[in-house]
Amino acid sequence: MRVVIAEDLALLRDGLIRLLEAHDCTVAAAVDNGPDLHKALTEHRPDVAVVDVRLPPTFTDEGLQAAISARQTLPGLPILVLSQHVEQLYARELLSDDRGAVGYLLKDRVFDISQFLDAINRVAAGGTAMDPAVISQLLAKHTDASPLAQLTTREREVLAEMAEGRSNSAIATRLYITEKAVSKHINSIFTKLDLPPSTDDSRRVRAVLAYLNQ
Amino acid sequence: MARPHYRHHTRFTQLVWCLLLTAHAAAGVLLLALSLAAAALCIIWVGLPLLVTLTRLLRGHAHTHRRMLGHLLADGPIPAPAYRPLPDNRLTTQITTVLTDPATRRDYIWLATNATAGIMLAALPNVLLAHGLQALAYTYTWRYTTSAYALQPVTTQNDAWPALITAALLLTLAYLLTPTALHTYTRLNRALLAPTEQARLAARVAHLATTRAHTIDTQASEIRRIERDLHDGAQARLVALGMNLGMAEEMLTDNPQAAHRLLTEARESTRQALTELRDLVRGIHPPVLVERGIDGAVRALAVTHQIPITVDIDLPGRPPDPVESAAYFAVAELLTNTAKHAHATRAWVRINHGRDRIVLIVGDNGTGGLDPRGGTGLTGIRRRLSAFDGTMNSVSPTGGPTIITIELPCETASMTEAPTPAPDTHPN
Repeated sequence: MRVVIAEDLALLRDGLIRLLEAHDCTVAAAVDNGPDLHKALTEHRPDVAVVDVRLPPTFTDEGLQAAISARQTLPGLPILVLSQHVEQLYARELLSDDRGAVGYLLKDRVFDISQFLDAINRVAAGGTAMDPAVISQLLAKHTDASPLAQLTTREREVLAEMAEGRSNSAIATRLYITEKAVSKHINSIFTKLDLPPSTDDSRRVRAVLAYLNQ
Repeated sequence: MARPHYRHHTRFTQLVWCLLLTAHAAAGVLLLALSLAAAALCIIWVGLPLLVTLTRLLRGHAHTHRRMLGHLLADGPIPAPAYRPLPDNRLTTQITTVLTDPATRRDYIWLATNATAGIMLAALPNVLLAHGLQALAYTYTWRYTTSAYALQPVTTQNDAWPALITAALLLTLAYLLTPTALHTYTRLNRALLAPTEQARLAARVAHLATTRAHTIDTQASEIRRIERDLHDGAQARLVALGMNLGMAEEMLTDNPQAAHRLLTEARESTRQALTELRDLVRGIHPPVLVERGIDGAVRALAVTHQIPITVDIDLPGRPPDPVESAAYFAVAELLTNTAKHAHATRAWVRINHGRDRIVLIVGDNGTGGLDPRGGTGLTGIRRRLSAFDGTMNSVSPTGGPTIITIELPCETASMTEAPTPAPDTHPN
């Protein structure tokens, strides 16, 4: 898998390169600022890009903006955003083009290497990987007025797992239920959120979006 | 200076205002007479308590006059000077206060001027008008009256006609002089009623001293909080982490299983240290505020809030960092209040810029009944805002809704279009 990394702290950048190369990834480019990131993305067209939100020259949300604009020229380009903090506003912006293949994680998630690699693979495969911090904030925010209020506790748990980007089998393992039960819950979620059948994958993304936009 | 308001009034409303001012100044005549009597009575002690009571009345009288003139002056009501408060208890201290307060002395000077020259000035347009009308009527009423408005002794109707000339003259004068009289009157009163430049500066210095003290206090306690949080939190966790790693290093060969367990623990405490640091950073200066400015930061607040919040922001650029931060924390605190106390189902935030100030309005449809003085949250916001000469006003009747308006001085010139590049303190 070919990866482009954008991270301005040399220590972290080197760590990420070492981590990814140790796990059969090729680092096509590792850049430390916004303009270079944009160039590297269009030039290398990686299988996945790992991008820090805050990059030089402005030290604001340069990385996020570069990622979003790169996805406009290269639709569906898989991007995993790593950040020192998670902000739902950014999560929504990343998901807003409805195509999936995005992830938004806290930098600490790198600690759990297998989970981090799992997230990278999911994003590269066109799925989503949202940080549990984003999801838990949303659960706390839940109000009676939203259509999500109709969901049962179990369905909400399933949706949260979906939002983090897990597959049906992964959800089944984590919630100690059968895969069949998972797909039953997911169908019921689609019905309650009024998402008519199209391709299953984009329905998943749209369910997550509905969840994020409540 | 902007055009005084009375210029926009018609002649008729100007005359009505003159009448109102005359009536009010007439009350001053009574007050002046009583004051003079009290002054005379001071020879025997009864004058002194009388003077204290009259001073209280005078303050009310002057203040009403300031408010009345506010309707006529472009810059609103005349600001009241900083009076020395009259103590409630001992008569002697009350008397000393009255006799030594410069603002009270100026009030008495105003009273004397307004009850003599002022009242004549205010009455002039209406007196001219009344006489003009009387002269006009004279052409018919000469038979029944002894007034002489004609230019010669009147015995026949024809003799009475020249009174029209007098009437025209008086009415023209009334027409021409009304704005001038009103203008002179308001200027004279403003000069006497407004605090002197010296008093204004003294009040300003006192205000600055207080707000500076508040700012220093707030900052000092903020730094103490940060120090405590770092000391008890991240720092302690990093020590534990180092210990775990050291022990794991020792056990690596003898007891790999225990070493593994320690390493897992170490990873967990790193994560917790990071979480604590993240919360701390958010409390000092939220990253989204750095990255997106107040616009993005308030929107981000709204996204995570328990109730739906409509955000409407229209700013020509990003305000300077300290102003932006103060504005953000004020909005954040107000929204927290809304969530905690208001039982609201909707809230809204509106931020815009005009007249060299940022105006932030936060409202909700909750139960209201907010006590503007109570609550440490509101006091905290007020203190933080006062460092920037910002103000906060709240309207919150019982039963709601609550609307809080914050104004922060901030010139358009100091706003930046793009975010300012951070100073180059980065490691690479």
